[in-house]
Amino acid sequence: MSDLAPIAPGLFDPGPPPALIGGRDKASGRIVFPCPPDPDRFEPVRLPSEGRIWSWTVQRFPPKSPPYAGPVDPFEPFAIGYVELAGAAIVESRLEGFAFDELAVGLPCRLVLVPFAGRLSFAFAPLTERLEEHGS
Amino acid sequence: MSDVAIIGAGIHPFGRHDGVPGLRQGVVAARAALADAGVAWSDIEIAFGGSAAAGNADTMVTELGLTGVPFLNVANGCATGGSALFSAAAAIRAGMADLALVVGFDKHPRGAFDPKPADWGLPDWYGEVGLMLTTQFFALKLRRYMETYGISTRTLGLVAEKAFANGALAPHAWRRTPLDLETILSAPMVNDPLTRYMFCQPAEGAVGLVLASARKVRELGVACPVWLRATAVRTRPQGSFEVFSPSLDLERGVSPTVLASRAAFEEAGLGPEDVSVAQLQDTESGAEIMHMAENGFCADGAQEAWIAEGRTRIGGKLPINTDGGCLACGEPIGASGLRQVYENVQQLKGTAGARQVEGARVAYSHVYGAPGLSAVTILSL
Repeated sequence: MSDLAPIAPGLFDPGPPPALIGGRDKASGRIVFPCPPDPDRFEPVRLPSEGRIWSWTVQRFPPKSPPYAGPVDPFEPFAIGYVELAGAAIVESRLEGFAFDELAVGLPCRLVLVPFAGRLSFAFAPLTERLEEHGS
Repeated sequence: MSDVAIIGAGIHPFGRHDGVPGLRQGVVAARAALADAGVAWSDIEIAFGGSAAAGNADTMVTELGLTGVPFLNVANGCATGGSALFSAAAAIRAGMADLALVVGFDKHPRGAFDPKPADWGLPDWYGEVGLMLTTQFFALKLRRYMETYGISTRTLGLVAEKAFANGALAPHAWRRTPLDLETILSAPMVNDPLTRYMFCQPAEGAVGLVLASARKVRELGVACPVWLRATAVRTRPQGSFEVFSPSLDLERGVSPTVLASRAAFEEAGLGPEDVSVAQLQDTESGAEIMHMAENGFCADGAQEAWIAEGRTRIGGKLPINTDGGCLACGEPIGASGLRQVYENVQQLKGTAGARQVEGARVAYSHVYGAPGLSAVTILSL
């Protein structure tokens, strides 16, 4: 998987663990994703790898292609959402590995890197253990 | 500030009109507005118009007449019509003209609205992975709102049911067949929780308005002027949730609608409790629900009870989208906001026929669109 080229440069750090790269506004501290190409104003910052679903929907019809680069014939519906990354930002992403009827606001999830249309992209997948509790 | 009145309103029916160019529909609407006002095209001193995808408004002079009138094209996305109205009112208040024409028109084929990431300042990957769809934004904003404030899926269905019931009563509407709640709720899902009947569709249509100064209203002896009490246009503030946002701030803010609504009520010297009838942007049925609160008509979450009790139906406490809104009329971008104003003029003049709101005295309209702007207009007798 790691042999694949990223879908865009500077979008994520492969890790482990992988992390999205946001941009911190040097003046205000505000964090945005992706990091804007303006080094005078924004500095790159690793975003938390785990978060919670803030909102979600399912894309039931094939997006227009282009720009969509995923398979459309046949098309499989996919989940997307916003994920709240504590202390950083709420980021928009595809959601992988969730049953559509299990999707809910507040579910914990973690960043994964996934092959997509011949390149490496990112998504958020279910996090089974509870956030910020490691081991016993 | 000097008073401005709407003294004429005309519409080309919304829907799909094969073989009829958008500009032609605009001419039909403009002529209808002039006839309604009882003035001639040669009397018009300034004109503002626009479309998002159907051509240049000022080329209408070819058909309307080569009078040399200043005709300004307006392009402001979903607020094109509202911005044209805003501009015409400002011209009259500035003393530049006593009589102005406003026209909005559009023509979108089936499956139009095909945004490209670069046009919105976004990187290519955003579209490649499947995030460049406006319908997703509406579903994502709505899902968060439903979870936070306890809005049910059934309520989404009731809004669509009302839209088609009202559309059946409006000669200018596109969808004129009532649909039952079960059909709406069980229709194929587009973006959860929204089914196909809960989304509006690209369409065609046109609206013309004739605006006059108070002096001109007296000179013409207009029997029933509809006064423009406020027109406010606002863009997004920090922390608002808009279409095509790869990330959002943790600290959430208000929407441009909240800003435009407050400004319009302040300008009019009126409050939400004074409004008799409202046309609110209903790109999908959840948008109408969220916009009820954003425009100050109810508290967040109160919509569930309001709609269950039928308060937003014709005959209710605050009838909303009395011609079926975007859900029943479709959305020709350049004309959509002016359709709301056209409908409010009919309601205030008492010419709305089977969908008439009895005793309407103050009418409110609200348009919202990408990339985060809102226009509010308040009219009164």
